Amino acid sequence: MASDRVGSGDDVRRAHDDHPPFRYPDYKSTMARSPERDMVTVLRTLSERTGPGPAWSAVEDDDADLTTNAGTGGRAIGARIVVTGRVLDAHGAPVPDTLVEIWQANAAGRYTHWRETEYDAPLDPNFLGVGQCHTDADGIYEFLTIRPGPYPWGNHPNAWRPAHVHLSLLGPALGSRLVTQLYFAGDPMLELDPIYCSAPPHSRHRMLAHYDHDVSVENWATGWRFDIVLAGEHATPGERQDD
Amino acid sequence: MGRPRRTRQTPSQTVGPFFGMALGREGDEVLVDDDTPGERIRLEGRLLDGNGDPVEDGLVELWQADASGRYRHPLDDWDPPPSTGDARGFTGFGRCPTAFETGAWAFDTIRPGAVADPAGGMQAPHLNLVVQARGMLDALFTRVYLDDEPANEADRVLQSVPAERRATLVATRQDGDDPPTFVLDLHLQGPDETVFLDV
Ligand SMILES: [Fe+3]
Repeated sequence: MASDRVGSGDDVRRAHDDHPPFRYPDYKSTMARSPERDMVTVLRTLSERTGPGPAWSAVEDDDADLTTNAGTGGRAIGARIVVTGRVLDAHGAPVPDTLVEIWQANAAGRYTHWRETEYDAPLDPNFLGVGQCHTDADGIYEFLTIRPGPYPWGNHPNAWRPAHVHLSLLGPALGSRLVTQLYFAGDPMLELDPIYCSAPPHSRHRMLAHYDHDVSVENWATGWRFDIVLAGEHATPGERQDD
Repeated sequence: MGRPRRTRQTPSQTVGPFFGMALGREGDEVLVDDDTPGERIRLEGRLLDGNGDPVEDGLVELWQADASGRYRHPLDDWDPPPSTGDARGFTGFGRCPTAFETGAWAFDTIRPGAVADPAGGMQAPHLNLVVQARGMLDALFTRVYLDDEPANEADRVLQSVPAERRATLVATRQDGDDPPTFVLDLHLQGPDETVFLDV
């Protein structure tokens, strides 16, 4: 099977049938921002088989507690949640030392962002809504944060984004680059959301965090589990595979 | 047969309009410092939509080899340092959110060295870009070649692109700038649509 892992790498490419299409009319902003020509498939070289994940994971400070990282000395308001899971490569192997960056609205559905919003919801001076951490040797990451609120957006009449956390991962190869959103299993607003529904039906459930009683911390925070599968494969030093 | 069925990937979602909170740190568009070996270059352009309008909330990321043609990655014999926050010099990765009014992005970096082509020989020096934006449900990948590199004529990837679309991958050197500035606009859609690569 070793040859399966080192050949042209077709089995570790970005699998477009697991991802949303670029053009998705229910999400209006895609219409002028989606390519109309076919992608050009390249024989993967070191340019495609490498990526920034390992180099960038080596330098970032951990900042995984969003309930205190505003640095005000006060605690953020809202329902505390632990979000944890494993980052896996295209073969299901854990990806250690990967930088996971997140951003989200506060408990009331407001972002701490300079862009104007017409949504009259309060900011929380003790909540930035930004965090980062690394996966450990088993590919596990963990954040302590506040359950975000839903918020309205202008896509269509009475449009609401279901509660979600944005996640960014760099990963082991260029095509591993993933920006996604974590949603909460059981949320009745999911089926009404064109962004969630843009993912193919077979893969939508992979964006759901599930309540996990083993992750909940008594008298402190409820626990949610969310695993992430990236394209590409984790490489360790000494496994140079070109030529 | 016997090939392991791959694990299904977590679907991509748009970065939305608010990613700058986390992914828009000032300085991440500068890859070099005084000690970085190699020829300084500036790479810049605009990100444009299918109407030719600037994409005011896009994110362009750069991944490139160093001046000797090596990537900071274990597959290129690079050992990651322990995760202790050491100064690592040139990582080859940069980020630049597009400017709100103009869709402009820019990187201060070095001219990359040539990287081997597994099909034989060397590739022409190139930089790899990852493009995302509100209104994009997945990331797009492309390459940037530099128009003063003679090796472009023999580059397998560049030559495999239809001739009439090849210019969308080649940045143009401006006269008189020091360090030299190379310019390339990225078009998500339309008659000048950038060639995007399936990686
Ligand atoms: Fe959001």
